[in-house]
Amino acid sequence: MKWAIVRFPGSNCDEDARFALEKAGIRAAYVWHTERSLRGFDGVFLPGGFSYGDYLRAGALAAKSPVMEEVWRFAREGRPVIGVCNGFQVLTEAGILPGALLANLNLHFTCKEVGVRVERTDLPFTRLYQKGQVLRLPIAHAEGRYYADGETLARLEGEGLVVFRYAPLGGEKDYNPNGSLNDIAGITNERGNVLGMMPHPERAVDEVLGGTDGLPLFLGLVEEVAG
Amino acid sequence: METLAQEIGIPEEEYREISKRLDREPNRVELFLFKVMWSEHCAYKNSRPLLKQLPKEGEAVLQGPGENAGVVRIGEGWAVAFKIESHNHPSAVEPFQGAATGVGGIIRDIMSMGARPIALLDSLRFGPLEDARSRYLLKGVVSGIAHYGNAIGVPTVGGDLYFHEGYRENPLVNAMCLGLLREEHLRRSRASLGRPIYYAGAKTGRDGIGGAAFASRELSEDKEEDRPAVQVGDPFLGKLLMEATLEAIEKDLVEGVQDMGAAGLTSSLSELAHKSGLGVELDLDRVPTRERDMGPIELLLSESQERMVLVPREGRERELEEVFKKWGLDCVPVAKTIPEKVFRVLFRGEVVAEVPTEALAEAPTYVRLGREDPEIRKLRETPLPPLAADPKEVLPRLLASPNLASREAVYERYDHQVGTRTALLPGKGDAAVLWVKGTHLGVAAKVDQNPRYSRLHPRLGAMHALAEACRNVSVVGAKPLAYTDGLNLGSPETPEGYFELQETIAGLREASEALGVPVVSGNVSLYNESGGRRIPPTAMVGVVGVLDIRRRAEMGFRRPGEVILLLGEEKGELGGSEVLYLLTGLEAGHPPRLDLERERRVQEAIRELIGLGLTRTAHDLAEGGLLVALAEMTFPYGLGATVEVRTPGLKALFGEAPSRILFTVAKENLKEATFRLEEMGLPYRVLGETGGNSLTVLTPEGVLEWGVEELRAAWQKPLREVLDG
Repeated sequence: MKWAIVRFPGSNCDEDARFALEKAGIRAAYVWHTERSLRGFDGVFLPGGFSYGDYLRAGALAAKSPVMEEVWRFAREGRPVIGVCNGFQVLTEAGILPGALLANLNLHFTCKEVGVRVERTDLPFTRLYQKGQVLRLPIAHAEGRYYADGETLARLEGEGLVVFRYAPLGGEKDYNPNGSLNDIAGITNERGNVLGMMPHPERAVDEVLGGTDGLPLFLGLVEEVAG
Repeated sequence: METLAQEIGIPEEEYREISKRLDREPNRVELFLFKVMWSEHCAYKNSRPLLKQLPKEGEAVLQGPGENAGVVRIGEGWAVAFKIESHNHPSAVEPFQGAATGVGGIIRDIMSMGARPIALLDSLRFGPLEDARSRYLLKGVVSGIAHYGNAIGVPTVGGDLYFHEGYRENPLVNAMCLGLLREEHLRRSRASLGRPIYYAGAKTGRDGIGGAAFASRELSEDKEEDRPAVQVGDPFLGKLLMEATLEAIEKDLVEGVQDMGAAGLTSSLSELAHKSGLGVELDLDRVPTRERDMGPIELLLSESQERMVLVPREGRERELEEVFKKWGLDCVPVAKTIPEKVFRVLFRGEVVAEVPTEALAEAPTYVRLGREDPEIRKLRETPLPPLAADPKEVLPRLLASPNLASREAVYERYDHQVGTRTALLPGKGDAAVLWVKGTHLGVAAKVDQNPRYSRLHPRLGAMHALAEACRNVSVVGAKPLAYTDGLNLGSPETPEGYFELQETIAGLREASEALGVPVVSGNVSLYNESGGRRIPPTAMVGVVGVLDIRRRAEMGFRRPGEVILLLGEEKGELGGSEVLYLLTGLEAGHPPRLDLERERRVQEAIRELIGLGLTRTAHDLAEGGLLVALAEMTFPYGLGATVEVRTPGLKALFGEAPSRILFTVAKENLKEATFRLEEMGLPYRVLGETGGNSLTVLTPEGVLEWGVEELRAAWQKPLREVLDG
């Protein structure tokens, strides 16, 4: 099994994504954003960072990169696509996932550990979690407030497309770190093969780094092919 | 020309020296070259003779001072490059860009050595938190660091932050960066003869002209005038430049690398040539520009950011150009090395400057007479008033004082995890710990300095700074290998300022020798004074150590029922302490004495206990004394403790002293841990036990008790209010 990690100019969690994928036993290779073919890859990972400096809107320019046509193809053909942080922003800017990620309500970049509740476990990304399990995952973003219009939001909720939601770790009330609607931290598409999320599972894959709650997400990808 | 020299602030005797070295009068362009190269920032005119005294040798040292950064070996073929650098003056004028470009500059220094930058630490000093301008500067600086560090993808993992009256007019912003490299990738600022020298990165504009010289004089009353001297940073371009440069080094396309920092093209090229024992011919017409009609002086002095100098290996020029093309960056030959040891500058086909590289690089040095400021001496010798206060109220107030309050509101703004190496997050341990993935090696780093101690006793203050930074590194389980020093002081041209410089360096030397930790890099920022008020002498000492990542200690109590021990004595002093300042508003008295031999052994002892796996929780007992340190240990996991203090009085509870460490052991390990300490002949005391959700202290005067959450709330409030507002 081999995954492509797309590097846009300004991507900076590319190395972290590779670390996590390889830790799960998945081969990973970097793909420059000008690449027009992702043939030979089983999945594609859009990493975090500040593509094009995020000087326009976060992810807006990367969404127009040549490689995105291939990402679209993966999404349509039901192949797995993951976008984390800036990668999630790219997926929404490209229209592959609905909604938008707005500036955090506190208007600041915020880096800390948050609680993230697993809402669905029938996806390759979440099959190794328990439904309702609250994961400890780090966030690190300035624009992570999930927003969608009422109709879209109703559809997301109605079709069960919300995969992850911010949740208290220990009874705290201010568990939603950015003001996301419905506490949304991550969503999928109708087909369930595209995952976009703001928290960083790839940063929580080793005890040395302070937690391993992100590792099952990557291990789940392996099982899919095996099964 | 002599009139021009006067106008641009070159002293008469230096002008005569320039003419003597050239054997003629300098022309206009040349005069500006000397102006920037002979600034204190570039030339260390006042500090060089003193800095020579510092120990620079050590078995781990791969590269000592004099390059873009120092480098130490950490084992298994890995090495760490690190350096601290100041960006004080730009940050005082424009805090956001000043801090951002400070971060960008130190990152380029690290990558110049062939290292991938893996961590940033920031050492910040501001005026009182109550002061509106100090709050504005704090917010701007924190935003600037976040802006640059987060986007370029180098985690900000630690630092230190103090508020003190002495920095009201002159805030300090020092940034330290660590980079990881394979020993064989080490690069230096060198070129062989006849090689083209490439300019890579951003185009040159008119920003930051004369920044190095700007950094070497006092801030004028009207700071608006200084704005053109502040550079503007672009972390996106910085990221592209970093990746392209590291790719070129990894592919072995370059023999030499040099950051283009202070004094721009002038400094980077003339120093590269000087260090290589060669000359250089620079053709200004080939320099990529983003503004029209730039003159030779502007091109030579511009401090536009995100630029590097690269010397390709013979025959690899095309490949080098290809790498930079892929990253969308300029990479063009602008100069070449020549046998004549001169810095020759061509502009529109004419030679506009030609000066010996040695004349530029070796500025005259000054040795002056220092004299202690009698006011400082008086403060130090002031008898301290007796302190009377209810300790129940003192602890929450101390925890809420700006110098001890939680830094969470600051470090939450920084991405401290990108790169997946951060093994000890900010707030979790006394030093940052970075993991070298694929090995069991860890790198610890901490920067320290206490302005009160340093102001009252510059020599002792500097000793404390190095001792405490080493202690913090030891407390997470790492052996200190070397340090970088950011020396920030007032003008050396007054006897009082020079005295403080002398004493600071003497203190560093003494501690450096006793603790066996050499200096490998550093930075000097003098002239931090306004209206005759000097900043406290501020030696920001950044220590780097190495550890087995499997054996590291955190600061927070984690398991109930563990025994809490104090390594060191149950005594504290009030001179220069936070509690004295809190209760009386005084900063006076003699700072705590430091027995360096004891310090070294205490650090060895805690490293041994951690290395043997006897303890996983340890914390330096520093500002605020015993109860503050205990409270800090309850915060990370919300686990309380009950302890007994036998010595009566506020001094034992809140007094300060070095060479003391708190740690916990599981009951079954108590005997072995204490046996080890007895064998080493070190004093210790069993204080109590972890457990519950309150901090309970039995004293000869009665029982004190606080809820952990109540203390935490007090501790978190002050900086949250300022930074989240």
